Amino acid sequence: MPPLTDLLFYVFAGLTLACGLLCVVNPFSRNPVTSAMFLVLTIVSMAGLFILLHAFFLAAVQILVYAGAVMVLFLFVIMLLDLREEERRRIRTFSLGTGALIVVVVAGLLVRVLSGAVPVRPTGLGVEGHTKILGRILFEQYVLPFEVLSLLLLVAMVGVILLSKKDMK
Amino acid sequence: MFESVQYWDPAAQFVLFSALKILVVFGATLTFVSLAVVAERRVSAWIQDRVGPNRVGIPFTNIRFLGLGQMLADGLKFLLKEDFTPNYVRTVYFWLAPAITLIPAFLTLAVIPFGSTLGNPNNRMVIANLNVGILYTFGIVSLGVYGIVLAGYASNSKYPFLGGIRSSAQMISYEIAMGLSVIPIFLLVGSLNLGDVVGYQSGGLHTWLVWKQPLAFFIFLIAAFAETNRLPFDMPESESELIGGYHTEYSSMKFALFFLGEYANMIASCSMMVTLFFGGWTPPWGAEAATTLWAGLGHVACFLAKVISMMLLFIWVRWMLPRFRYDQLMDLGWRRFIPMALFNILVTAFVVALWQR
Repeated sequence: MPPLTDLLFYVFAGLTLACGLLCVVNPFSRNPVTSAMFLVLTIVSMAGLFILLHAFFLAAVQILVYAGAVMVLFLFVIMLLDLREEERRRIRTFSLGTGALIVVVVAGLLVRVLSGAVPVRPTGLGVEGHTKILGRILFEQYVLPFEVLSLLLLVAMVGVILLSKKDMK
Repeated sequence: MFESVQYWDPAAQFVLFSALKILVVFGATLTFVSLAVVAERRVSAWIQDRVGPNRVGIPFTNIRFLGLGQMLADGLKFLLKEDFTPNYVRTVYFWLAPAITLIPAFLTLAVIPFGSTLGNPNNRMVIANLNVGILYTFGIVSLGVYGIVLAGYASNSKYPFLGGIRSSAQMISYEIAMGLSVIPIFLLVGSLNLGDVVGYQSGGLHTWLVWKQPLAFFIFLIAAFAETNRLPFDMPESESELIGGYHTEYSSMKFALFFLGEYANMIASCSMMVTLFFGGWTPPWGAEAATTLWAGLGHVACFLAKVISMMLLFIWVRWMLPRFRYDQLMDLGWRRFIPMALFNILVTAFVVALWQR
């Protein structure tokens, strides 16, 4: 019998793949809400994978930010727009082509990264001190990329305010 | 019988104790939920100068037990009523929504330290002693909104839909204020583990974080009212505008699950507040982790007493304050609480940087 963590890895990996697939090509329903809910399940099972890698902080943030906030907003927008015609829409050649192109590019990237990667077992840091270590790395080693990213978010926010304001005073 | 457990494999012991703790917490929470429903009705009656449900005791006798039999009667009523599914609903989501509402409320309780130990220092009275405890809680709480949104969507009728939309906007807004409000706590404590937060406050009444962070507590408390959809922020179900909001189309046990979910959420957020601001399981005169069974049970009782007091506060507020308007709610969340919480974080960070390190 394989160890429990290996078993759990296959369970979560399988769930991630299956839910991700059902999110994009669901043969039973073309309802956008169903797709969104499968995306939530994908995100939650990915959080399970993070936990198996002892990345508890990442798992918690994944659920908190993506499943808890971003996807709720997605659902909110889907409901407000009431995308009923989405259910009947045909599959367009253009979107199919772009989708295939993106898949090929991402798969190529994945193969390149994986072929150069060295498999490492998660070091047994346990549940202790992960957040602190992560914070130190973010604010000492990678402080410039971190600040640049936050600037990017600020730009996006300013853009949203600019677009949503109807008349400038 | 109990002595032989000591010689088990540590992993087996861990599984056994965890399973026991889960069972006890689950059972206790369900009991508390039904007690809270009766308490809500009795307290509301006292506040409005009525009598309230005080009759139901043991059947065929005159023993009334303060009307506590009401909770069994309510439960039976919910179970035995016709479970009606309107024929225009989206069936899968209609069935899923009540369950999705209930599960996160119970999952949140897993990281709350409800006692120190029961004599054995290796067996702490918390189901999962996570190092990212608070982040886990916020993650799970943020999943709670799905139940309500899906209920509104699945019902396929206008009032539940409006309730679902209102609830999703409200819960996302107040989650931000809530999340920001607790950051100063962790700046002071220096750890995200809820056990450490309790340890920081174990010196007695004067070390409770509510004195050091009154603003954080105030924001957290009000955000908790909004997150649990309680008055004065119960717009998602406001009877006078939306009939019943997201659960208008629900009946019988499915409706009862929403009801249970609301009260379980209330218990979860009360336990959270007790843990973060009122010293968790520590009695007001301060305490170390218990070394005997009785001291351990005393700590659990202390935690329960604090949670019950917070629940009474929730019920009291519900029957004292009128409902806000929706734009007022949004205004309060975004333009008052979020700047206030940010200000609190800055001040606390400066204080910690200048004086504590």
